[in-house]
Amino acid sequence: MRRVVVTGIGVICASGRNRDEFLQSLQTGRNGIQTLARNAEWGLRFQSGGEVAGYCQAEHFAPKEADMMDRFAQFAVIASREAVRQSGIDWTPELLADTAIVTGSCIGGQATEDQGFQDVYKMGKPRVHPMTIPKTMANAGASAVSLEFGITGPAFTIATACSSSAHAIGQAFTMVRSGMTDFAITGGSEAPFSYGLLKAWEAMRVVSPTVCRPFSKDRNGMILGEGAAMMTIESLDHALSRGAKPIAEIVGFGMSADAHHITQPSAEGAAKAVRMALKDAGIGPEQVGYINSHGTGTSVNDSTETRALKLVFGPNASKIVMSSTKAMHGHTLGAAGALESTAAILALTNNFIPPTINYSEPDPECDLDCVPNVARQADFEYTISNSFAFGGLNAVLAFRRI
Amino acid sequence: MPVEMSPASGAGDDLTSRVLRIIAETQRKDPSQVTIDSSFEELGIDSMDGVNIIFALENEFNINVPDDEVKNIRSVRDMVEGVRRLVGHADSTGDTAPAAS
Repeated sequence: MRRVVVTGIGVICASGRNRDEFLQSLQTGRNGIQTLARNAEWGLRFQSGGEVAGYCQAEHFAPKEADMMDRFAQFAVIASREAVRQSGIDWTPELLADTAIVTGSCIGGQATEDQGFQDVYKMGKPRVHPMTIPKTMANAGASAVSLEFGITGPAFTIATACSSSAHAIGQAFTMVRSGMTDFAITGGSEAPFSYGLLKAWEAMRVVSPTVCRPFSKDRNGMILGEGAAMMTIESLDHALSRGAKPIAEIVGFGMSADAHHITQPSAEGAAKAVRMALKDAGIGPEQVGYINSHGTGTSVNDSTETRALKLVFGPNASKIVMSSTKAMHGHTLGAAGALESTAAILALTNNFIPPTINYSEPDPECDLDCVPNVARQADFEYTISNSFAFGGLNAVLAFRRI
Repeated sequence: MPVEMSPASGAGDDLTSRVLRIIAETQRKDPSQVTIDSSFEELGIDSMDGVNIIFALENEFNINVPDDEVKNIRSVRDMVEGVRRLVGHADSTGDTAPAAS
């Protein structure tokens, strides 16, 4: 099997409008969560979210182009452009025909759909905009990326709730590793800030009315976020032969289903995915220098994830160094696995551990080192990113310094 | 399963029976299985079920249960007492439904 490397990274989220801004936020523990732009109008039980502040589609797209894409698909294109730029790839007809695109999205163009439903149900309008279907479909991000670059290889989207883009990267990784394709653009995007969907999150009672405090005893829920992270990945040989500089190596992918409960997580199911990723990478738990945890900030997730890691790491659990960057950028749902994998890679390549911000009080049920509030300098060789979705579908990716 | 079969012991008023009925309906249980002394364990109520029941109670009584209160609800009796408190509050203020846009 071939070695697979990351050669380009692109990001847009509440913590940064591009890769460098995101890196700075991770290094400084900058909070990207703000009062929702439409908070007064919406009157929800929660008031905050990780929105991309000041996002202006006209800065990125011609008007006609923007008309064809929901915000979530726009984010996918913006992040892909940055990743492709960093990769330095020189598109040839052969490469465009061979390149794969695998994206993750949990809810697709929710805001577009919400607008259409408001038009007919609330406003009593006789018709919905004709672009509602193509802007809402979950694969619109993958399609927009293929249109952006003229890529005609295998392209599809994976929807596994909060694991979507981790599964997507894992799938792209296996496709490159097996030789099915030399080059892939993969990651995920999400834009969940529309009234109907937020009412549904409000009903689940898992969103914090204050701030997201992962692993802290006084945690009271997650904070939603939007954005995208995309990466270019390719076989090591392909990268070296074209003179590209690999950023990091993807070395392992593990996945599992809890078969436990539609919303409550299972430590066993999560542990199984972590074990599988480590086995795939051919490494032991003691070699993992940093874990970017799922760490949603809900009471149940964080204690269950702690138990899961103890199951896998055993006596090495006391040496675990992990953090949840969700406190800074919010839970970006289908984009979370990609955004947090990106955070893990940036940490790996810049020799630091991003902090878990807003941490205030130790919890005996979450007694692993979660790097409270302040980033730390660290040299390490391996990092993993955990994604544990509603529906009990887990995905874990392992990366190595190169 | 040894479940208390008598109707709501010591609290057989209309509000209590409505709450018990909503719990039974939401949990897809026979109403005779749900009493004010039933534990969540006996009724197989997990956290998601609890949120579903509270949603149904909000609709039934036209009340709005804050997230903070939900965390403290651990039994059928807590649900009955919580609804009674909120219904009383709603009567006194007339402000029952959340603002929606």
